[in-house]
Amino acid sequence: MNKILLVDDEPNILLSLDFLFKKEGYQVLIARDGEEAMALIRDEIPDLIILDIMMPKVDGYEVCAFVKENYLKTKVVFLSAKSKEKDLQKGLALGADKYLTKPFSTKEIVAEVKKLLN
Amino acid sequence: MLSREVIISVTFGYLILLFAIAWYTERKGSPLKKWANHPWVYALSLAVYCTAWTFYGSVGRAAENGLDFLAIYVGPCLVAPLWWLVMRKIIRISKAMNISSIADFISSRYGKSANLGALVTIFCLFGILPYISIQIKGISNSLDIMQLTETPLAAGSFSVFSDSGFYLALGLALFTIFFGTRAIEATARHEGLVIAVVFESIVKLFAFLAIGIFVSFFLFDGLTDIFAQAKVADLSHLFVLSGENGVSDWFWMGLLSMMAVMFLPRQFQMGIIENTSEKHLDTAMWLFPLYLVLINVFVLPIALSGLMIFQNQPVLADTFVLAIPLKFGQEGLAVLGYLGGFAAATSMIIVSTISLSTMVSNNLLMPILVANGNFSKRFQSNLPGILIWGRRLTILAIILLSYFYFRILDTGSSLVSTGLISFVAIAQLSPSIIGGIFWKKASKSGATVGLILGMGIWGFTLILPTFASIGLVPKEILTDGLFGYSWLRPNSLFGMEGMSIVSHALFFSLFANILCFVAISFFAKQSSKELNQAVLFVDIFKYDQKLDTNIFWKGQAQFSALQSLLNTFLGEEKSTKSLSDFKLNYGKPFQNEGMADPEFVSFAQRILSGVIGVASARILVASVVKEEEISMDEVLNILKETQGIKSLNLELKSKTKALKKASEKLSEVNKALKLNDMLKDEFISTVTHEMKTPITSIRAFSEILQDENLNEDEKRRFLQIIIDETGRMTRLIDQVLDLERFDSGRQTLNWEKTDLKNLILESAESMEKVFLEKSLDFQIDCRFEKLYLLVDQDRIKQVLLNLLSNASKFAKSSVQLIAVEEDQMLSIAVADDGVGIPEEDLPYLFEKFFQAKNQTQKKPIGTGLGLAISKKIMEYHSGTIDVSTEPGKTVFQICIPLQQEALTPHPLRS
Repeated sequence: MNKILLVDDEPNILLSLDFLFKKEGYQVLIARDGEEAMALIRDEIPDLIILDIMMPKVDGYEVCAFVKENYLKTKVVFLSAKSKEKDLQKGLALGADKYLTKPFSTKEIVAEVKKLLN
Repeated sequence: MLSREVIISVTFGYLILLFAIAWYTERKGSPLKKWANHPWVYALSLAVYCTAWTFYGSVGRAAENGLDFLAIYVGPCLVAPLWWLVMRKIIRISKAMNISSIADFISSRYGKSANLGALVTIFCLFGILPYISIQIKGISNSLDIMQLTETPLAAGSFSVFSDSGFYLALGLALFTIFFGTRAIEATARHEGLVIAVVFESIVKLFAFLAIGIFVSFFLFDGLTDIFAQAKVADLSHLFVLSGENGVSDWFWMGLLSMMAVMFLPRQFQMGIIENTSEKHLDTAMWLFPLYLVLINVFVLPIALSGLMIFQNQPVLADTFVLAIPLKFGQEGLAVLGYLGGFAAATSMIIVSTISLSTMVSNNLLMPILVANGNFSKRFQSNLPGILIWGRRLTILAIILLSYFYFRILDTGSSLVSTGLISFVAIAQLSPSIIGGIFWKKASKSGATVGLILGMGIWGFTLILPTFASIGLVPKEILTDGLFGYSWLRPNSLFGMEGMSIVSHALFFSLFANILCFVAISFFAKQSSKELNQAVLFVDIFKYDQKLDTNIFWKGQAQFSALQSLLNTFLGEEKSTKSLSDFKLNYGKPFQNEGMADPEFVSFAQRILSGVIGVASARILVASVVKEEEISMDEVLNILKETQGIKSLNLELKSKTKALKKASEKLSEVNKALKLNDMLKDEFISTVTHEMKTPITSIRAFSEILQDENLNEDEKRRFLQIIIDETGRMTRLIDQVLDLERFDSGRQTLNWEKTDLKNLILESAESMEKVFLEKSLDFQIDCRFEKLYLLVDQDRIKQVLLNLLSNASKFAKSSVQLIAVEEDQMLSIAVADDGVGIPEEDLPYLFEKFFQAKNQTQKKPIGTGLGLAISKKIMEYHSGTIDVSTEPGKTVFQICIPLQQEALTPHPLRS
């Protein structure tokens, strides 16, 4: 069973993602900011992280860099409201496996995660 | 004993020497010609000021009145430093305008008036003729003394030998005609003449010094010896300054000679017309006074010696210079002295007659001839001949008149008094000249009336007594006054006594002259021509480079007509040359045919002025052109334009400066705009970002609801989330629009008398639930009872809720609300015990989405617009919002003024 870490400061977004991925049979972990996320990553080493960018304390870019440096197997999917081309480029340049923008399509995000984990 | 033949041959020999010098100087390539441009030559040529009066008369005056002979030399020495101011300006004007004499100068200044020029000419003739005559008399007398040494002569007794004086006069006339009227241009330089005059200046100085040294060191034992012996001989009154009266005389004599040294026609001729460089003034300013000092050093010693040597003998003191050497058998020295006196007299006669003849021909004869249209047309080609022969005949006439004047009208008056009378006459010119070059309002009518009155008084106070003394008018006038009015006595007008005759005359004539000149000028209206000339004269240093373009003239002239005028008076060669000079300086293509432009007309007039005088040139040019009277307004406009160029320049400069400032300001505004633009972009991107958050939730749950089979509980829960997020979205949109309306000033408030205490309690109550949920201690401290203020209660409530909600988000354990009235303010403070706000964030705290500064760090909680809107609301209430923070305590405080009546509610009303 694959472990998925959801990182976002918006409770309702976390709620929707949690519902979606649990239904698909994944083990779901939740963090509300970057700091919490990094702690969870160290402890649980998730297979995939769905990562917001703008968060209190530690932002998504930093978390991504931390993951790509230490946990090569862990996939990172950015999920952000920042939808400019240069934001996308920056995310991918940091080693993210996918960059999705908010608002997202539930079907799409599930499909992408499945693809990355197979 | 010198024979008559020796004297006569020495005299004529000297005259021939003068001819030779002048002739040699004017030869092509002569080295003397170059010398003529030397500053020393200029300074020495000014010594034409020293005439037979200086040479013989000073000694006579000193023998009679002591030191006061000096006054006439002190004036020039004192005024010399001022030449840089006065003479330089007159030189500049005269050169620029081709002025040929002092009459021309005055005529030109006052609207090129022919009448004024003629008037000045006549005055000068009256004033100078006796002066020239007295020089001839000086020569004649000295000739007599040299030949009849056994019985020194008294004045007025002439022997048969006096005819030689006549021949000498003729010789002088010949010399003057020969070297003074060679060129038709009266402004032309006479190098030969100048060198001859300078030679004479040296001769007279040398001769006088030689006799002075002989007397002081050979006859006596030095100067101290002379004065010591004179004291014994009871002559000390002659070398000690006399009392009060003497001092006032010194003043008037000094003033008189100051004017004379500049404006006597011969001084004007040498100082202005013959000047080749203004720089020569530098040298003249010290060398000329030095010359005066040197030539006066021995005057008093010779006078005192003469008085002691010829005690009780009928020897005229005027002749001491010759009589002393002769008495002691020094015939050679006597001849030298004689030649010195001769030189002094001849140089004066020559230069004076030249300047007078120029005046007569150019300012008297020519205006009359050219004003007569018929005559001028018929004889135009002959005019130059008439002009030059007019001058020659004038010279001859002046010298002969002077000769006969002294022969027939000789009054036995001394050299000095006759000279002084001339000085007073010439002094009458100075108000119009000095006023003319420094005062634009000086007018023709003022100058004319002043001159006539001055000369009238001159005639009355100085000439009438002379006539009376020889019986031409009844002597009673002197004692009883004119028509028996005692206040009209020539020597004491209005009963004024105690001044010397000359001082008295000078005082009254000059006073009346200046008074009329100034008063009439003040009230007179100048014609456009006058004003034009007045401006050019006074501001010559501004205009002299582009004179022709600054002469205001309107009309039409055929180029060919003007050219033929120039050809007639200058000759083909010179006229062609001056034409090419003009083209060279003209600066734009020159039309050789058809109508001449105003610049050329003015130029032609100026060139002709140098030949026939300013006024005649104007008349002559006017006869070939169709002149239109230029109106005063036009002159003033052109003047304004010309002078305006300077101010225009200034204006341009200041405009450039202003432009630069404006562009700087613009770039600043641009910067601000760009910043604004950036902020707006940032704002929009932040707003869209903020909106995406609720939309994301809404979309996600909507899709889940659509796709999944959910139980009722889940359905209701998810739908509630969608509803909440929609509400959040709506709030955000409302706030953004709110802020935008506040920013643009379009927000309207709903003003109502509201009880603030009630309002505070209501707000607090609605937050109580939140505090309870977060287990925060919440206290309200409202220190007043009912307080009604005119506010928008919803807005104030919005601010309070915003502050309380912020506090609830940051507080650790407690929140406090304190409301007080103080300093005419209602103050409401909301305090929490949270971590506090980082200092670097404080400046941006009330800016919308201030956390956008750090894009990747999402603001902790809220939309980020609350404080920005609160600040706007407080501003609209003429109130304030502030924050103070430290770890463990953050206080937001709003203030509303209590005296609202005094304040106009900010831009809006209800």
